Amino acid sequence: MLKTFKKGGIHPPENKFSAHNGIRKLPLPGSVAILLSQHLGAPAKVIVNKGDEVKTGQLIATGEGFVSSNVHASVSGKIAKIDDVTDISGYRKQAVFIDVAGDEWIETIKRDNTLEKDIQLTGEEIIKKINEAGIVGLGGATFPTHVKLTVPRGKKAECLIINGVECEPYLTSDHSLMLEKGEEIIVGIQLLKKALNVPLAHIGIENNKPDAIVLMEKLAAEYKGIKVHALKVKYPQGGEKQLIKAITGREVPSGGLPVDVGVVAFNVGTVFAVYEAVQKNKPLFERVVTITGKTLSQPANFRVRIGTPISAVINAAGGIPGDTGKIVSGGPMMGKALSDPEVPVMKGTSGVLLFASGESARRNMLPCIRCAKCVSVCPMGLEPYLLMPLAQKNSFDRLEAEHVMDCIECGSCSYTCPADRPLLDFIRLGKSKVGRIIRTRKKQ
Amino acid sequence: MSSIIIYTIITLSLLGAVAALVLYFVAQRFKVYEDPNIDLVEAELPAANCGGCGFAGCRNFAETLVKAETFDGLFCPVGGNETMSRIASVLGREAVTQEARVAVLRCNGTCEFRPKISKYDGTMSCAIASALYGGETGCNYGCLGFGDCVMVCNFDALHMDPVTGLPVVDDKKCTSCGACVKECPKDLFELRKRWKGDKKIYVACMNEDKGGVARKNCSVACIGCSKCFKVCPHDAIVMKNNLAFIDSVKCKLCRKCAPECPTNAILEFGLPIRKQPETINTQLINKEE
Repeated sequence: MLKTFKKGGIHPPENKFSAHNGIRKLPLPGSVAILLSQHLGAPAKVIVNKGDEVKTGQLIATGEGFVSSNVHASVSGKIAKIDDVTDISGYRKQAVFIDVAGDEWIETIKRDNTLEKDIQLTGEEIIKKINEAGIVGLGGATFPTHVKLTVPRGKKAECLIINGVECEPYLTSDHSLMLEKGEEIIVGIQLLKKALNVPLAHIGIENNKPDAIVLMEKLAAEYKGIKVHALKVKYPQGGEKQLIKAITGREVPSGGLPVDVGVVAFNVGTVFAVYEAVQKNKPLFERVVTITGKTLSQPANFRVRIGTPISAVINAAGGIPGDTGKIVSGGPMMGKALSDPEVPVMKGTSGVLLFASGESARRNMLPCIRCAKCVSVCPMGLEPYLLMPLAQKNSFDRLEAEHVMDCIECGSCSYTCPADRPLLDFIRLGKSKVGRIIRTRKKQ
Repeated sequence: MSSIIIYTIITLSLLGAVAALVLYFVAQRFKVYEDPNIDLVEAELPAANCGGCGFAGCRNFAETLVKAETFDGLFCPVGGNETMSRIASVLGREAVTQEARVAVLRCNGTCEFRPKISKYDGTMSCAIASALYGGETGCNYGCLGFGDCVMVCNFDALHMDPVTGLPVVDDKKCTSCGACVKECPKDLFELRKRWKGDKKIYVACMNEDKGGVARKNCSVACIGCSKCFKVCPHDAIVMKNNLAFIDSVKCKLCRKCAPECPTNAILEFGLPIRKQPETINTQLINKEE
């Protein structure tokens, strides 16, 4: 029997069109806009000025405070301006605009493709290098990796979990990365194991990627303490808490962190970035982005420089089809529709999805019939049918008592609702208001 | 036959007497003293339970008023000075007066002035839409037009104008309870001093973008040019974040600022029509271009 998490979960149509199309390099765009806030936490502070010449990989903004991250130039050229640009949030945020001129990398980066297996650095040095390279969680949450690797005092990490699940339909960036850069990922896992000082690492891969499972098992057999787990296909298995439950059987307590149960989890994309940062001195300035959709002519996986406008990625895949209704950044379940296709690619952009207008339209909301489908699919064991009216009626104390803060915003409830109720919209609203109340209370 | 009736009357009377005794002693034992003034004060309050005073309903506010030493910081915006002075006479205290206020919407981004560049088909709620993105137009600061403010108004003082897509405040009905101020996710409502005849002058824009960006997305946006700031003789205008703000307490309605505005972002209401307002404004617009 395949492992999986117990509570809830759904299985939407997979639609992984670009799984075996490989990873191609996207041609450099004419100009890039590198956002200063591509991570959770405080925005980075610019250290370059307008008119400066920068090289690819050069530091252009430093992280402010502990929970923050460095930002590097993804192309070489001249800084055109430091101005606001609409980002995925739909609001204007500060960004550094660079006019591309050639592709000259800083000298410290090793650009050869040879695999470097030897680990010479100590755990602390590895974490320092990861911090300098500006690595954040590439699964989508963009939490700074060096913060995750710094285990709080009094807690102990016992094992490492590597997330190769990619439970979101359509997306194939992690899958193709595992197929092409499997060995590098394994070395990256060894690096993270050393940084955390843990003996064991588990790789979780859903069973709809048999080629990746076979390959990773073959590669992992050469190393000690790396185990590959084939998991049952179920959304949202890529959620940190769900993956930990599926592999180790441990449950992260309400309001707690994975390290409370002795686990630290990373996405395979992050692991590959760690390998490149530590062994090749390459900061995080490019990532794999899936561009897909039913109507798109050439679904593909591209290695994209951070800051490239999403429209350039779409054009490389055959351009926007005529009847496109929505362009979504991220997966179809948790992604966000974009208000403008010129939004730049960020560190957390795992995919770009194009929906035809008929596919993407919202249906009209009908009254709740108390079928409790939302309750049975909620992976956190919440009651979405109840949380929605509570959020509508501003019953914040009851929302908190019903553990609204545990919601991981996976969208399974809205997906499954036969009455097409926008459950997650209201739960998210209630969550943000309750979160604000809790934060004010903590300050007092 | 008659004996049955007599016994029944006696039994029931005895039962009633015993129950009355028990109730009397219980009531004495668990008596809660409540200041009779609370009921008197509550009777004077408007009973709208709107929360405009900052307390959970009129009863709660009445309790607070009776307990409080002075009326500092305690005011019923719905009842206004009249109600507060009556309450003061009930409690035998000094009344605190406050200037009457009215809510205004600081956005004039109608469909005509502020073209839509995307289409929102999610849940029709300003709070949800603003969490998702900046809105259907290029302006991230303006009215979203889904009417969360209309929903919270207890006094029927707000309604959506289907032509402009913006909410309209009914000055006669507005009680300045502040529910819309709290609800608007874009912070567009402001409680301003209420002049006689509902005269108003205010900057109808909250866009903090640089002038060029703001103007591109909305033709009546404040571009932060400071022209009104320079002309104001009463120091009532403050420039902050590329935005002019007219302090309604300092403003004397001299009307010098509005014709200076190159984008017509300063709105005037309830004031006599100017002799040649059109020509003044067009001249300035031409100069700007």
